[in-house]
Amino acid sequence: MHEMSLAEGVLQLIEDSSRKEKFSRVKTVWLEIGQLAGVEVEAMKFCFDAVVRDSIAQDAQLVIIETPGQAWCLHCAEVVHVQALFDACPKCGSHQVQVTGGNEMRVKELDVE
Amino acid sequence: MCNVCGCGAGETTIGGKAVVHDEHGHEHGAHFHVHADGTSHDHDHTHEHEHDHSHESTQGEHRHYHLHEAGASHEHLHAHDEHTHDHHHAHGHTHEETVHYGLGPAGAHAPGMSQSRMVKIEQDILSKNDGYANENRGYLAEHGIFALNLVSSPGSGKTTLLVKSISALNGSLPLAVIEGDQQTDNDAARIRATGAPALQINTGKGCHLDAFMVGRAMQQLKLNDDSLLLIENVGNLVCPASFDLGEAHKVAILSVTEGEDKPLKYPDMFRASDLMLLNKCDLLPYLTFDADLAIANARRVNPDIKVIRISATSGEGMDEWLDWIKAGCSKAVARKSIDSN
Repeated sequence: MHEMSLAEGVLQLIEDSSRKEKFSRVKTVWLEIGQLAGVEVEAMKFCFDAVVRDSIAQDAQLVIIETPGQAWCLHCAEVVHVQALFDACPKCGSHQVQVTGGNEMRVKELDVE
Repeated sequence: MCNVCGCGAGETTIGGKAVVHDEHGHEHGAHFHVHADGTSHDHDHTHEHEHDHSHESTQGEHRHYHLHEAGASHEHLHAHDEHTHDHHHAHGHTHEETVHYGLGPAGAHAPGMSQSRMVKIEQDILSKNDGYANENRGYLAEHGIFALNLVSSPGSGKTTLLVKSISALNGSLPLAVIEGDQQTDNDAARIRATGAPALQINTGKGCHLDAFMVGRAMQQLKLNDDSLLLIENVGNLVCPASFDLGEAHKVAILSVTEGEDKPLKYPDMFRASDLMLLNKCDLLPYLTFDADLAIANARRVNPDIKVIRISATSGEGMDEWLDWIKAGCSKAVARKSIDSN
Protein backbone atom coordinates (compact mmCIF):
# COMPACT_ATOMS: atom_id res chain seq x y z
CA MET A 1 0.00 0.00 0.00
CA HIS A 2 1.24 3.49 0.82
CA GLU A 3 4.67 2.44 2.07
CA MET A 4 6.21 5.70 0.87
CA SER A 5 3.94 7.74 3.17
CA LEU A 6 4.66 5.32 5.96
CA ALA A 7 8.41 5.62 5.43
CA GLU A 8 8.02 9.40 5.57
CA GLY A 9 6.08 8.96 8.81
CA VAL A 10 8.94 6.91 10.23
CA LEU A 11 11.46 9.60 9.27
CA GLN A 12 9.29 12.28 10.89
CA LEU A 13 9.19 10.31 14.14
CA ILE A 14 12.97 9.90 13.98
CA GLU A 15 13.50 13.60 13.37
CA ASP A 16 11.12 14.57 16.19
CA SER A 17 12.96 12.22 18.48
CA SER A 18 16.39 13.59 17.44
CA ARG A 19 15.35 17.05 18.59
CA LYS A 20 14.15 15.68 21.91
CA GLU A 21 16.96 13.21 22.53
CA LYS A 22 19.76 15.18 20.88
CA PHE A 23 21.36 12.73 18.51
CA SER A 24 22.80 13.37 15.11
CA ARG A 25 22.93 9.99 13.47
CA VAL A 26 20.73 6.95 13.42
CA LYS A 27 22.38 3.61 12.88
CA THR A 28 19.52 1.19 13.29
CA VAL A 29 15.76 1.57 13.28
CA TRP A 30 13.52 -1.16 14.67
CA LEU A 31 10.00 -1.23 13.33
CA GLU A 32 7.26 -3.52 14.49
CA ILE A 33 4.93 -4.43 11.67
CA GLY A 34 1.99 -6.75 12.20
CA GLN A 35 1.22 -9.44 9.66
CA LEU A 36 -2.24 -7.93 9.24
CA ALA A 37 -1.13 -4.29 9.01
CA GLY A 38 -1.28 -4.32 5.23
CA VAL A 39 2.34 -3.27 4.95
CA GLU A 40 4.54 -4.94 2.40
CA VAL A 41 7.82 -5.42 4.22
CA GLU A 42 9.98 -5.43 1.07
CA ALA A 43 8.31 -2.25 -0.21
CA MET A 44 8.79 -0.66 3.20
CA LYS A 45 12.54 -1.37 3.14
CA PHE A 46 12.80 -0.02 -0.37
CA CYS A 47 10.90 3.19 0.44
CA PHE A 48 12.76 3.68 3.71
CA ASP A 49 16.13 3.66 1.95
CA ALA A 50 14.85 6.22 -0.54
CA VAL A 51 13.24 8.50 2.04
CA VAL A 52 16.17 8.66 4.48
CA ARG A 53 18.70 9.86 1.91
CA ASP A 54 20.38 13.04 3.07
CA SER A 55 18.69 12.79 6.46
CA ILE A 56 20.08 11.89 9.86
CA ALA A 57 18.97 8.34 9.16
CA GLN A 58 20.92 8.01 5.93
CA ASP A 59 22.38 4.50 5.65
CA ALA A 60 20.55 3.43 8.78
CA GLN A 61 19.80 -0.24 8.98
CA LEU A 62 16.11 -1.02 9.04
CA VAL A 63 15.07 -3.98 11.14
CA ILE A 64 11.49 -5.08 10.79
CA ILE A 65 10.02 -7.24 13.52
CA GLU A 66 6.97 -8.96 12.13
CA THR A 67 4.30 -9.78 14.68
CA PRO A 68 1.81 -12.58 14.01
CA GLY A 69 -1.86 -12.05 13.29
CA GLN A 70 -4.13 -12.87 16.20
CA ALA A 71 -7.87 -13.05 16.40
CA TRP A 72 -10.58 -13.91 18.89
CA CYS A 73 -12.83 -16.71 17.65
CA LEU A 74 -16.38 -16.27 18.91
CA HIS A 75 -17.14 -20.00 18.50
CA CYS A 76 -14.01 -21.37 20.16
CA ALA A 77 -13.93 -18.46 22.66
CA GLU A 78 -10.17 -18.26 22.43
CA VAL A 79 -7.34 -16.42 20.69
CA VAL A 80 -6.24 -18.06 17.44
CA HIS A 81 -3.55 -17.27 14.88
CA VAL A 82 -4.63 -15.94 11.49
CA GLN A 83 -2.54 -15.16 8.43
CA ALA A 84 -4.92 -12.74 6.71
CA LEU A 85 -7.85 -10.51 7.62
CA PHE A 86 -10.40 -12.82 6.06
CA ASP A 87 -8.99 -16.08 7.38
CA ALA A 88 -11.37 -18.51 9.02
CA CYS A 89 -10.64 -19.77 12.50
CA PRO A 90 -7.96 -22.49 12.00
CA LYS A 91 -9.69 -24.64 14.63
CA CYS A 92 -13.40 -24.52 13.80
CA GLY A 93 -13.47 -22.91 10.34
CA SER A 94 -15.83 -20.14 11.42
CA HIS A 95 -15.48 -16.63 10.02
CA GLN A 96 -16.80 -15.14 13.24
CA VAL A 97 -13.36 -13.99 14.24
CA GLN A 98 -12.29 -10.55 15.41
CA VAL A 99 -8.72 -9.50 14.84
CA THR A 100 -7.06 -8.68 18.15
CA GLY A 101 -3.40 -8.34 17.23
CA GLY A 102 -0.98 -8.16 14.37
CA ASN A 103 -2.23 -4.91 12.89
CA GLU A 104 0.34 -2.69 14.54
CA MET A 105 2.89 -0.60 12.69
CA ARG A 106 5.15 1.25 15.02
CA VAL A 107 8.66 2.52 15.49
CA LYS A 108 10.00 0.61 18.46
CA GLU A 109 13.48 1.87 19.09
CA LEU A 110 16.54 3.43 17.53
CA ASP A 111 20.24 2.86 17.83
CA VAL A 112 21.68 6.37 17.66
CA GLU A 113 24.81 8.36 18.24
CA MET B 1 4.84 4.90 -10.16
CA CYS B 2 2.73 6.57 -7.54
CA ASN B 3 5.12 8.67 -5.48
CA VAL B 4 3.11 8.27 -2.35
CA CYS B 5 2.27 4.64 -2.12
CA GLY B 6 5.18 3.30 -4.09
CA CYS B 7 2.83 0.95 -5.92
CA GLY B 8 3.87 0.00 -9.40
CA ALA B 9 7.57 -0.53 -8.79
CA GLY B 10 9.71 -1.34 -11.79
CA GLU B 11 10.59 1.86 -13.59
CA THR B 12 11.42 3.36 -10.25
CA THR B 13 13.48 6.48 -10.11
CA ILE B 14 13.83 8.58 -7.04
CA GLY B 15 15.15 12.08 -7.37
CA GLY B 16 15.66 11.34 -11.06
CA LYS B 17 18.07 8.52 -10.28
CA ALA B 18 17.46 4.88 -10.84
CA VAL B 19 17.53 2.98 -7.61
CA VAL B 20 19.95 0.07 -7.50
CA HIS B 21 20.48 -2.03 -4.47
CA ASP B 22 23.29 -4.30 -3.54
CA GLU B 23 22.21 -7.07 -1.27
CA HIS B 24 23.78 -6.95 2.12
CA GLY B 25 22.28 -9.29 4.64
CA HIS B 26 23.22 -9.51 8.28
CA GLU B 27 22.14 -12.12 10.69
CA HIS B 28 22.59 -11.25 14.30
CA GLY B 29 22.67 -13.80 17.00
CA ALA B 30 21.69 -13.11 20.56
CA HIS B 31 21.37 -9.46 21.47
CA PHE B 32 21.54 -8.39 25.02
CA HIS B 33 20.25 -4.97 25.90
CA VAL B 34 20.44 -3.15 29.17
CA HIS B 35 18.10 -0.22 29.27
CA ALA B 36 18.45 3.02 31.12
CA ASP B 37 16.00 1.89 33.76
CA GLY B 38 18.17 -1.07 34.60
CA THR B 39 16.02 -3.74 33.03
CA SER B 40 17.73 -6.04 30.65
CA HIS B 41 16.64 -8.54 28.07
CA ASP B 42 18.13 -10.89 25.59
CA HIS B 43 16.66 -11.67 22.24
CA ASP B 44 17.48 -13.32 18.99
CA HIS B 45 16.57 -11.70 15.79
CA THR B 46 17.36 -11.89 12.16
CA HIS B 47 17.50 -8.79 10.14
CA GLU B 48 18.34 -8.01 6.61
CA HIS B 49 18.83 -4.78 4.87
CA GLU B 50 19.82 -3.64 1.47
CA HIS B 51 22.11 -0.83 0.56
CA ASP B 52 24.95 -0.11 -1.77
CA HIS B 53 28.31 0.43 -0.32
CA SER B 54 31.81 0.52 -1.53
CA HIS B 55 34.89 0.18 0.55
CA GLU B 56 37.59 2.69 0.09
CA SER B 57 40.05 0.89 2.25
CA THR B 58 42.80 -0.76 0.30
CA GLN B 59 44.13 -2.70 3.23
CA GLY B 60 41.64 -5.48 2.67
CA GLU B 61 40.30 -5.32 6.16
CA HIS B 62 38.27 -2.96 8.25
CA ARG B 63 37.15 -2.87 11.79
CA HIS B 64 33.70 -2.19 13.18
CA TYR B 65 33.42 -1.08 16.73
CA HIS B 66 30.06 -0.68 18.40
CA LEU B 67 29.24 0.75 21.77
CA HIS B 68 25.85 0.24 23.30
CA GLU B 69 23.99 2.27 25.84
CA ALA B 70 25.01 0.26 28.85
CA GLY B 71 28.61 0.75 27.86
CA ALA B 72 29.06 -2.82 26.67
CA SER B 73 31.10 -2.97 23.53
CA HIS B 74 31.93 -5.44 20.86
CA GLU B 75 34.03 -5.41 17.81
CA HIS B 76 34.25 -7.46 14.73
CA LEU B 77 36.63 -7.64 11.85
CA HIS B 78 35.78 -8.04 8.23
CA ALA B 79 38.25 -9.03 5.61
CA HIS B 80 37.41 -7.97 2.09
CA ASP B 81 39.02 -8.91 -1.14
CA GLU B 82 36.92 -6.73 -3.32
CA HIS B 83 35.80 -3.23 -2.78
CA THR B 84 32.24 -3.57 -3.99
CA HIS B 85 30.53 -6.84 -3.44
CA ASP B 86 27.60 -8.70 -2.01
CA HIS B 87 28.07 -10.46 1.22
CA HIS B 88 25.96 -12.43 3.55
CA HIS B 89 27.40 -13.26 6.89
CA ALA B 90 26.32 -14.23 10.33
CA HIS B 91 27.94 -12.87 13.40
CA GLY B 92 27.16 -13.41 17.01
CA HIS B 93 27.41 -10.50 19.41
CA THR B 94 28.47 -10.82 22.96
CA HIS B 95 28.44 -7.87 25.24
CA GLU B 96 30.59 -9.05 28.07
CA GLU B 97 33.26 -6.45 28.49
CA THR B 98 32.11 -3.16 29.87
CA VAL B 99 33.62 0.13 28.82
CA HIS B 100 32.55 3.22 30.71
CA TYR B 101 32.74 6.69 29.34
CA GLY B 102 30.54 8.25 31.97
CA LEU B 103 28.70 10.39 29.52
CA GLY B 104 27.48 7.51 27.41
CA PRO B 105 23.72 7.59 27.95
CA ALA B 106 23.73 11.39 27.97
CA GLY B 107 24.63 11.29 24.32
CA ALA B 108 28.00 12.98 24.32
CA HIS B 109 30.64 11.87 21.88
CA ALA B 110 33.93 10.59 23.11
CA PRO B 111 36.63 11.82 20.71
CA GLY B 112 37.52 9.25 18.13
CA MET B 113 34.86 6.85 19.28
CA SER B 114 31.33 6.45 18.17
CA GLN B 115 29.08 6.11 21.11
CA SER B 116 25.68 4.76 20.37
CA ARG B 117 22.65 4.35 22.52
CA MET B 118 19.16 3.04 22.23
CA VAL B 119 16.23 5.38 22.09
CA LYS B 120 12.82 3.92 22.82
CA ILE B 121 10.18 5.34 20.53
CA GLU B 122 7.18 3.00 20.70
CA GLN B 123 5.08 5.23 18.51
CA ASP B 124 2.72 4.28 15.77
CA ILE B 125 3.94 5.23 12.33
CA LEU B 126 0.59 6.84 11.67
CA SER B 127 0.59 8.71 14.98
CA LYS B 128 1.00 12.09 13.24
CA ASN B 129 -2.04 11.47 11.09
CA ASP B 130 -3.95 10.04 14.03
CA GLY B 131 -3.18 13.19 16.02
CA TYR B 132 -4.73 15.38 13.33
CA ALA B 133 -7.63 12.93 13.03
CA ASN B 134 -8.31 13.24 16.75
CA GLU B 135 -8.33 17.03 16.45
CA ASN B 136 -10.85 16.76 13.63
CA ARG B 137 -12.93 14.30 15.62
CA GLY B 138 -12.90 16.61 18.63
CA TYR B 139 -14.03 19.57 16.53
CA LEU B 140 -16.79 17.54 14.87
CA ALA B 141 -18.05 16.22 18.22
CA GLU B 142 -18.04 19.68 19.75
CA HIS B 143 -20.17 21.01 16.90
CA GLY B 144 -22.51 18.03 16.59
CA ILE B 145 -21.33 17.26 13.06
CA PHE B 146 -21.77 13.73 11.69
CA ALA B 147 -18.92 12.97 9.27
CA LEU B 148 -18.72 10.07 6.83
CA ASN B 149 -15.66 9.01 4.85
CA LEU B 150 -16.82 7.41 1.60
CA VAL B 151 -14.34 5.00 0.11
CA SER B 152 -14.44 2.84 -3.01
CA SER B 153 -12.73 2.00 -6.27
CA PRO B 154 -12.86 4.63 -8.98
CA GLY B 155 -16.13 4.38 -10.90
CA SER B 156 -18.27 2.76 -8.19
CA GLY B 157 -20.72 5.63 -8.43
CA LYS B 158 -19.76 7.57 -5.29
CA THR B 159 -20.35 11.01 -6.70
CA THR B 160 -23.65 10.11 -8.39
CA LEU B 161 -24.83 8.55 -5.15
CA LEU B 162 -23.84 11.70 -3.25
CA VAL B 163 -25.63 13.96 -5.72
CA LYS B 164 -28.79 11.82 -5.49
CA SER B 165 -28.57 11.66 -1.70
CA ILE B 166 -28.18 15.43 -1.40
CA SER B 167 -31.16 15.97 -3.71
CA ALA B 168 -33.26 13.47 -1.75
CA LEU B 169 -32.40 15.15 1.56
CA ASN B 170 -33.70 18.29 -0.10
CA GLY B 171 -32.30 20.74 2.41
CA SER B 172 -33.68 18.84 5.44
CA LEU B 173 -30.13 18.61 6.82
CA PRO B 174 -27.40 21.24 6.59
CA LEU B 175 -24.50 19.52 4.87
CA ALA B 176 -21.15 20.06 3.20
CA VAL B 177 -18.97 17.88 1.01
CA ILE B 178 -15.21 17.45 0.77
CA GLU B 179 -14.15 15.86 -2.49
CA GLY B 180 -10.80 14.13 -2.88
CA ASP B 181 -9.32 13.41 -6.28
CA GLN B 182 -5.83 13.44 -7.70
CA GLN B 183 -6.77 16.12 -10.21
CA THR B 184 -9.69 18.25 -11.45
CA ASP B 185 -12.50 20.10 -9.74
CA ASN B 186 -15.17 18.09 -11.62
CA ASP B 187 -16.65 16.27 -8.65
CA ALA B 188 -16.94 19.35 -6.45
CA ALA B 189 -18.60 21.13 -9.37
CA ARG B 190 -21.16 18.31 -9.63
CA ILE B 191 -21.92 18.63 -5.92
CA ARG B 192 -22.14 22.43 -6.06
CA ALA B 193 -24.70 22.08 -8.83
CA THR B 194 -27.05 20.61 -6.18
CA GLY B 195 -26.64 23.78 -4.13
CA ALA B 196 -24.55 22.15 -1.40
CA PRO B 197 -21.19 23.69 -0.47
CA ALA B 198 -18.31 21.53 -1.67
CA LEU B 199 -14.57 21.85 -1.53
CA GLN B 200 -12.22 19.93 -3.77
CA ILE B 201 -8.93 18.62 -2.46
CA ASN B 202 -6.51 17.64 -5.20
CA THR B 203 -4.00 15.24 -3.78
CA GLY B 204 -1.69 15.63 -6.79
CA LYS B 205 0.31 12.46 -6.76
CA GLY B 206 -1.25 11.28 -3.50
CA CYS B 207 -3.49 8.27 -3.38
CA HIS B 208 -5.53 9.13 -0.30
CA LEU B 209 -6.81 12.00 1.81
CA ASP B 210 -5.14 12.46 5.16
CA ALA B 211 -6.43 14.03 8.35
CA PHE B 212 -4.37 17.20 7.92
CA MET B 213 -5.85 17.93 4.47
CA VAL B 214 -9.35 17.31 5.76
CA GLY B 215 -8.78 19.51 8.82
CA ARG B 216 -7.74 22.39 6.54
CA ALA B 217 -10.73 21.80 4.28
CA MET B 218 -13.06 21.77 7.31
CA GLN B 219 -11.77 25.19 8.35
CA GLN B 220 -12.27 26.60 4.87
CA LEU B 221 -15.77 25.21 4.53
CA LYS B 222 -16.98 26.83 7.77
CA LEU B 223 -19.21 23.93 8.71
CA ASN B 224 -22.58 24.52 10.34
CA ASP B 225 -23.24 23.12 13.78
CA ASP B 226 -25.44 20.00 13.81
CA SER B 227 -24.72 19.27 10.17
CA LEU B 228 -23.62 16.41 7.96
CA LEU B 229 -20.12 16.27 6.45
CA LEU B 230 -19.60 13.89 3.55
CA ILE B 231 -15.99 13.22 2.61
CA GLU B 232 -15.54 11.51 -0.72
CA ASN B 233 -12.10 9.96 -0.61
CA VAL B 234 -9.84 9.34 -3.59
CA GLY B 235 -11.09 6.32 -5.56
CA ASN B 236 -8.73 3.72 -4.15
CA LEU B 237 -9.53 0.62 -2.14
CA VAL B 238 -6.09 0.33 -0.59
CA CYS B 239 -4.48 3.37 0.99
CA PRO B 240 -7.46 5.29 2.45
CA ALA B 241 -8.12 2.31 4.77
CA SER B 242 -5.21 3.27 7.02
CA PHE B 243 -5.76 7.00 7.21
CA ASP B 244 -8.25 8.03 9.85
CA LEU B 245 -9.72 11.42 8.96
CA GLY B 246 -11.68 11.87 12.19
CA GLU B 247 -14.91 10.60 10.65
CA ALA B 248 -17.65 8.77 12.53
CA HIS B 249 -17.71 5.95 9.98
CA LYS B 250 -16.04 4.80 6.81
CA VAL B 251 -18.61 3.78 4.23
CA ALA B 252 -17.38 1.41 1.51
CA ILE B 253 -19.21 1.50 -1.79
CA LEU B 254 -19.06 -1.61 -3.93
CA SER B 255 -20.89 -1.59 -7.24
CA VAL B 256 -22.34 -4.72 -8.79
CA THR B 257 -20.33 -4.16 -11.96
CA GLU B 258 -17.23 -5.05 -9.94
CA GLY B 259 -16.34 -8.54 -8.69
CA GLU B 260 -18.02 -10.31 -5.78
CA ASP B 261 -14.61 -11.11 -4.36
CA LYS B 262 -13.51 -7.49 -4.01
CA PRO B 263 -13.91 -7.55 -0.21
CA LEU B 264 -11.48 -10.48 -0.16
CA LYS B 265 -9.08 -8.81 -2.56
CA TYR B 266 -9.06 -5.55 -0.60
CA PRO B 267 -9.82 -6.74 2.93
CA ASP B 268 -8.34 -3.76 4.77
CA MET B 269 -10.91 -1.37 3.40
CA PHE B 270 -13.91 -3.56 4.10
CA ARG B 271 -12.61 -4.26 7.57
CA ALA B 272 -12.17 -0.56 8.28
CA SER B 273 -15.71 0.28 7.12
CA ASP B 274 -18.86 0.11 9.21
CA LEU B 275 -21.29 0.22 6.31
CA MET B 276 -21.13 -1.20 2.80
CA LEU B 277 -23.39 0.20 0.12
CA LEU B 278 -23.90 -2.33 -2.66
CA ASN B 279 -24.47 0.17 -5.44
CA LYS B 280 -25.96 0.00 -8.95
CA CYS B 281 -28.36 -2.77 -7.83
CA ASP B 282 -30.71 -1.80 -10.68
CA LEU B 283 -28.21 -3.51 -13.01
CA LEU B 284 -28.39 -6.89 -11.25
CA PRO B 285 -30.85 -8.45 -13.77
CA TYR B 286 -28.30 -7.89 -16.56
CA LEU B 287 -25.27 -9.24 -14.73
CA THR B 288 -24.08 -12.53 -13.33
CA PHE B 289 -23.05 -10.74 -10.12
CA ASP B 290 -24.04 -12.74 -7.03
CA ALA B 291 -25.05 -10.10 -4.47
CA ASP B 292 -25.38 -12.60 -1.63
CA LEU B 293 -21.87 -13.87 -2.26
CA ALA B 294 -20.47 -10.32 -2.28
CA ILE B 295 -22.16 -9.61 1.05
CA ALA B 296 -20.96 -12.92 2.51
CA ASN B 297 -17.41 -12.04 1.41
CA ALA B 298 -17.65 -8.63 3.08
CA ARG B 299 -18.82 -10.33 6.28
CA ARG B 300 -15.92 -12.80 6.12
CA VAL B 301 -13.58 -9.84 6.42
CA ASN B 302 -15.76 -7.85 8.80
CA PRO B 303 -18.52 -9.81 10.56
CA ASP B 304 -20.09 -6.59 11.88
CA ILE B 305 -20.38 -4.68 8.62
CA LYS B 306 -23.86 -3.36 7.85
CA VAL B 307 -24.95 -3.70 4.23
CA ILE B 308 -27.50 -1.70 2.25
CA ARG B 309 -28.41 -2.66 -1.32
CA ILE B 310 -28.85 0.57 -3.16
CA SER B 311 -29.28 2.14 -6.58
CA ALA B 312 -28.82 5.82 -7.20
CA THR B 313 -30.68 5.33 -10.51
CA SER B 314 -33.79 3.43 -9.39
CA GLY B 315 -33.84 4.79 -5.85
CA GLU B 316 -33.78 1.31 -4.29
CA GLY B 317 -32.36 1.41 -0.78
CA MET B 318 -32.10 5.20 -0.73
CA ASP B 319 -34.58 5.55 2.15
CA GLU B 320 -32.66 3.07 4.28
CA TRP B 321 -29.38 4.88 3.56
CA LEU B 322 -30.83 8.32 4.29
CA ASP B 323 -32.46 7.05 7.49
CA TRP B 324 -29.09 5.67 8.56
CA ILE B 325 -27.52 9.10 7.93
CA LYS B 326 -30.28 10.92 9.82
CA ALA B 327 -29.98 8.56 12.78
CA GLY B 328 -26.22 9.26 12.85
CA CYS B 329 -26.81 13.00 12.73
CA SER B 330 -29.33 12.86 15.58
CA LYS B 331 -26.85 10.86 17.64
CA ALA B 332 -24.07 13.39 16.97
CA VAL B 333 -26.32 16.25 18.03
CA ALA B 334 -27.51 14.39 21.15
CA ARG B 335 -23.93 13.58 22.14
CA LYS B 336 -22.91 17.22 21.74
CA SER B 337 -25.57 18.38 24.19
CA ILE B 338 -24.58 15.69 26.70
CA ASP B 339 -20.91 16.69 26.45
CA SER B 340 -21.57 20.40 26.78
CA ASN B 341 -23.76 19.95 29.88
